[in-house]
Amino acid sequence: MDVTFTIRRYQPEVRDDPYYEDFEFEAEPTDRVLDCLNHIKWQIDGTLAMRRSCQTGICGSDAMRINGQNRLACKTLLQDVGSEVTIEPLMGYAVIKDLVVDMDPFFDQFRRVKPFMMNEGSDPERERVQSQEERERFDDTTKCILCAACTTSCPVFWSDEDYVGPAAIVQAHRFIFDSRDDGTAERLRILDDAEGVWKCRTVFNCTKACPRDIEVTKAIAEVKQAAMWGRV
Amino acid sequence: MSSNDNDRSTSPGHMLRYRGGLGMAMWALHRVTGLGVLAFLLLHVVDIFLITFGEEVFNELLVIYTAPWARVMEVFLLFGVLFHALNGLRIAVQDFWPTAWLEEGRLIALQLTVFVIAFVPAAWLMLEPLFE
Repeated sequence: MDVTFTIRRYQPEVRDDPYYEDFEFEAEPTDRVLDCLNHIKWQIDGTLAMRRSCQTGICGSDAMRINGQNRLACKTLLQDVGSEVTIEPLMGYAVIKDLVVDMDPFFDQFRRVKPFMMNEGSDPERERVQSQEERERFDDTTKCILCAACTTSCPVFWSDEDYVGPAAIVQAHRFIFDSRDDGTAERLRILDDAEGVWKCRTVFNCTKACPRDIEVTKAIAEVKQAAMWGRV
Repeated sequence: MSSNDNDRSTSPGHMLRYRGGLGMAMWALHRVTGLGVLAFLLLHVVDIFLITFGEEVFNELLVIYTAPWARVMEVFLLFGVLFHALNGLRIAVQDFWPTAWLEEGRLIALQLTVFVIAFVPAAWLMLEPLFE
């Protein structure tokens, strides 16, 4: 099939302003958007800048706006988006070049919620035992790959870069509801804030954007309730 | 990290570059109606304040509200207050009812149904004198 990729380019060493550039070529309906971007970079224009690593939907490097919605390029087939494809960088972060955005603020918010196991008790002799039901409680939020598709789809985040954002709340949820973790009170103190969970306006963009199908809005609602009642 | 292209803007045109669907449309309308109601409240504060200049000035201003275009504006006000209130209630239900997120589509349908039932008859009653 003949396809046209319209890519938002930003090449600060060449010109100051961003612009859109069309690329026309042939591709298979079963090709992924990432395959097409690789074709453009390797065969047509080597100056195209983008991130990709594992190319199998695990590393989360190639999140971008595809036809106006955040998706992973490596998990999106051409047959699902059509032959006219518009590719733009994630919204809300400074664009460094073409599709590459500055992710430092994203990881700053990620670190704010202390995304690691905090345990104040003595170390167990063998392992920290957890029932299947206790594990199930936070199973959904363990799937996050930190691609930033959710945070950069959030209208609240676009207008307020201090908002901790859906991805960081998902990470906090993963530990808040983990029976082995003792840092719940500390994380809820961080998130029970005007720039924390209460900034969420329940728009559902994050849930729709998540390439791992995490129920992000539900996780945020659960953290809101935990923050309000002071218990999980 | 320096960049001339921060791609961060709160302008409506910029936000329309993301296809968010029904939830985002409801959020956008919630903001617009919120600003509209705020504008009316400010206007209301100003017209009440005019009574400090005397009864005549105050009554002269109130005549404006009897004009046909003012009646139409009041229907817009009703639209804004009703939509904002019902949408706010839906969001509150979704935030504090643990499984409500599953019902997003149905909750929005319920909200819009209640909105139409309340808005259409009230708007008709307000506009009817204009057609007499």
